[in-house]
Amino acid sequence: MSLGPNLLLALLEGTLAAFVLAVTALGLSLVFGVMRVVNVAHGEFFMLGAVLAWAFSQVIPGMPAAGFLLALIGSPIVVGAVAVAVDRAVLRRLGYEPEATIIATIGLLYVVQQLVLTFYGPTARPVVAPISFRVLFPWFGYSGYKLIVMAASAALLIATWFTLMRTRIGLVMRATQFDRETAQAFGIPVDRVYSMIFALGAMLACVAGVLVVPIQQAHYLMGLDPLLLSFIVVILGGLGSLRGTVVAAFVIGLSDGIISVFFSPTLAKILATLLVALVLVFKPTGLFGARGR
Amino acid sequence: MTDAKTNVNRSPRGNITRRGVVKALAAAAGAAAATGVMPGTMRYIQAQTSAPIRIGFQLHRTGIGATYGRWYERVTSAAVKLINQGGGIGGRELQIVTEDDGTDPKRGAEVVAKFATQHKVDFVFGTLFSHVVVGSSPAAAEHKMPYFVVSEGYHVASGKMNRYVFQPGITDVRAQVSSMAPWVTKNLGKKVTMIFPDYAFGHDHRDYFSAALAKQGGSIAALIPIPATETSFTKHFARIPADTEVLYHVMVGPGVLTFVKEMGEHFGSRRPQVFGFIDSLEGVDIASPGLEFLDGSYFWEAMPRYAGKDQTAFDKFYRQAVGVNDSGAAVSDPKDVSTYSHMFGCWETLYVIKAAVEKSGYKSPTAQDKKALVEAVESMTDFAESNQHPQGAKKFVGRIHQAFGHQNISKVNGKRLDVVHRTSIQDGMYEPEADYTKMPL
Repeated sequence: MSLGPNLLLALLEGTLAAFVLAVTALGLSLVFGVMRVVNVAHGEFFMLGAVLAWAFSQVIPGMPAAGFLLALIGSPIVVGAVAVAVDRAVLRRLGYEPEATIIATIGLLYVVQQLVLTFYGPTARPVVAPISFRVLFPWFGYSGYKLIVMAASAALLIATWFTLMRTRIGLVMRATQFDRETAQAFGIPVDRVYSMIFALGAMLACVAGVLVVPIQQAHYLMGLDPLLLSFIVVILGGLGSLRGTVVAAFVIGLSDGIISVFFSPTLAKILATLLVALVLVFKPTGLFGARGR
Repeated sequence: MTDAKTNVNRSPRGNITRRGVVKALAAAAGAAAATGVMPGTMRYIQAQTSAPIRIGFQLHRTGIGATYGRWYERVTSAAVKLINQGGGIGGRELQIVTEDDGTDPKRGAEVVAKFATQHKVDFVFGTLFSHVVVGSSPAAAEHKMPYFVVSEGYHVASGKMNRYVFQPGITDVRAQVSSMAPWVTKNLGKKVTMIFPDYAFGHDHRDYFSAALAKQGGSIAALIPIPATETSFTKHFARIPADTEVLYHVMVGPGVLTFVKEMGEHFGSRRPQVFGFIDSLEGVDIASPGLEFLDGSYFWEAMPRYAGKDQTAFDKFYRQAVGVNDSGAAVSDPKDVSTYSHMFGCWETLYVIKAAVEKSGYKSPTAQDKKALVEAVESMTDFAESNQHPQGAKKFVGRIHQAFGHQNISKVNGKRLDVVHRTSIQDGMYEPEADYTKMPL
């Protein structure tokens, strides 16, 4: 293929990676921004989404679209409930202490992973895409479902932004992020907001997992990659900055797509990590991060 | 955690197999019960020592090799059962001690050490993934533990392992690809693009297929290595040059179905000739949605997944014992597709170990007995096609601890695979580059 089609393919793959990454990393960023909790188990919520999607798709056999729709609604509810339980049972008891919560979420990562390994097994299982068609370009074909994933992720990002910026509940969340004690003094139930934020963050990762599973298959180790990339994105964009997270997801996703196609995937990873190192050295708050308070 | 996963096989009386396999083997179990009128220990009474032979099974039960691991375990259980029904090894019962290595090289080395120091097994066997073999081999040498791998990689035959590492049950990649290359250039094309995993196993494909291709007057259009942790492959297909005549693919791990599906999305019906190693589809149903484009493409198979018109009586026997149907899936669950082109290696390796123990007069894990065993394996030369070697006859080259067998090329015909060419053993043989027998024991 010549340069043009190559670039088109790189852009398509890069955009897909960027959108999925943006949704996943947004959850991580939100949790850190409001709660100051670095959730190392974030990738496991992504994996849970994929695994639950497989489970829900088995409920309605023979009708992939209906099963997938069920998964799209059911999985986030289950994962959200798990997240609330974790918040109440673990994080709250630790007083949201940054060091303690990092250790606790590392533990959570292993607990979730081993539970899935025990009950779901070590096999990678496919989930049939709800809609499958091939978009034919003159030079190559492209999965139509991937375009749908992009659209769905974009919608999700907009919905999250709208919730945070234009609704009362979003206002409460932002107030808690800005100053926890003052928010509490104004009668905001900070504990409940924290639970909600933790659940929302987990649900975002979960939905990304559900969307991705028809492309990737559900496997108990699939949470590691999104976790590492989310960390890269969140550090790059500035911990807690939503705009920064989305911008950084696109920087990482697109550069990964383009560098992989024209050079090598390993080089893409090297450059992404180098970029993070440079940002940490020269602008530790990230590209869009505010100074710590 | 790992301790909980340890179990000790006491075939045939113990409750060792998964439920599905037990069901599949119901007939065999019935026969065992019928012949089991003698108390269990009576059957082994003729041996000088009636203590069981214990083999440590280094199993990929979890991690990226789990699909292979599941089937390696089933085949091993079936073989152990048969061996014990036939009187065990040298009149001694065969016991399997299983440890999960998580398909991880570091854990693999620990498992080998644990077998030697804690379980005190006689031998270790069963490792597949090349990085785990390479990571575990030094531990085998350190503990002077005969280590029988079922891995395919060229690492054993290359001489880079040590005197204790053997691969007597499966042909290595170098031999496989060397025997394929003439057929590929003659029937499919001479300009080849290769897609392969970017680590030892894939590098063996890259190096030895390229060399064999050049010998046939063919050339490489592009080499596309895929990083081990890749989950999406579409972006790599962009690097396939337009003038590629043959696309050669080999992939392993949990992403294989994604890999083949995305290849289909990329090419559709306008594909070059496609020649793949069945590794890209091991454990995957060829009738899965999205794989239609593979119709008319070709695969290497060590052992034909679909029972065809040339099926041997040995394959029939083996299939039934393991519980695999004529389409290569579990009898108990037709959706559970086997890793048919690799797992026979466990079966054949156990029979090689049995022969070596009986030949060498091995009794206990002493330095002297182990030396005799290693030398006994090294002195082997031929394995005849039989119920013990259902994949076919093999030559064994003791100097490089490696077996050489027949290979098959199969064509995808309407959602099944039919063998179109079977190589001779000679096609894959090469001049040994090492000599383990000169290494000290």
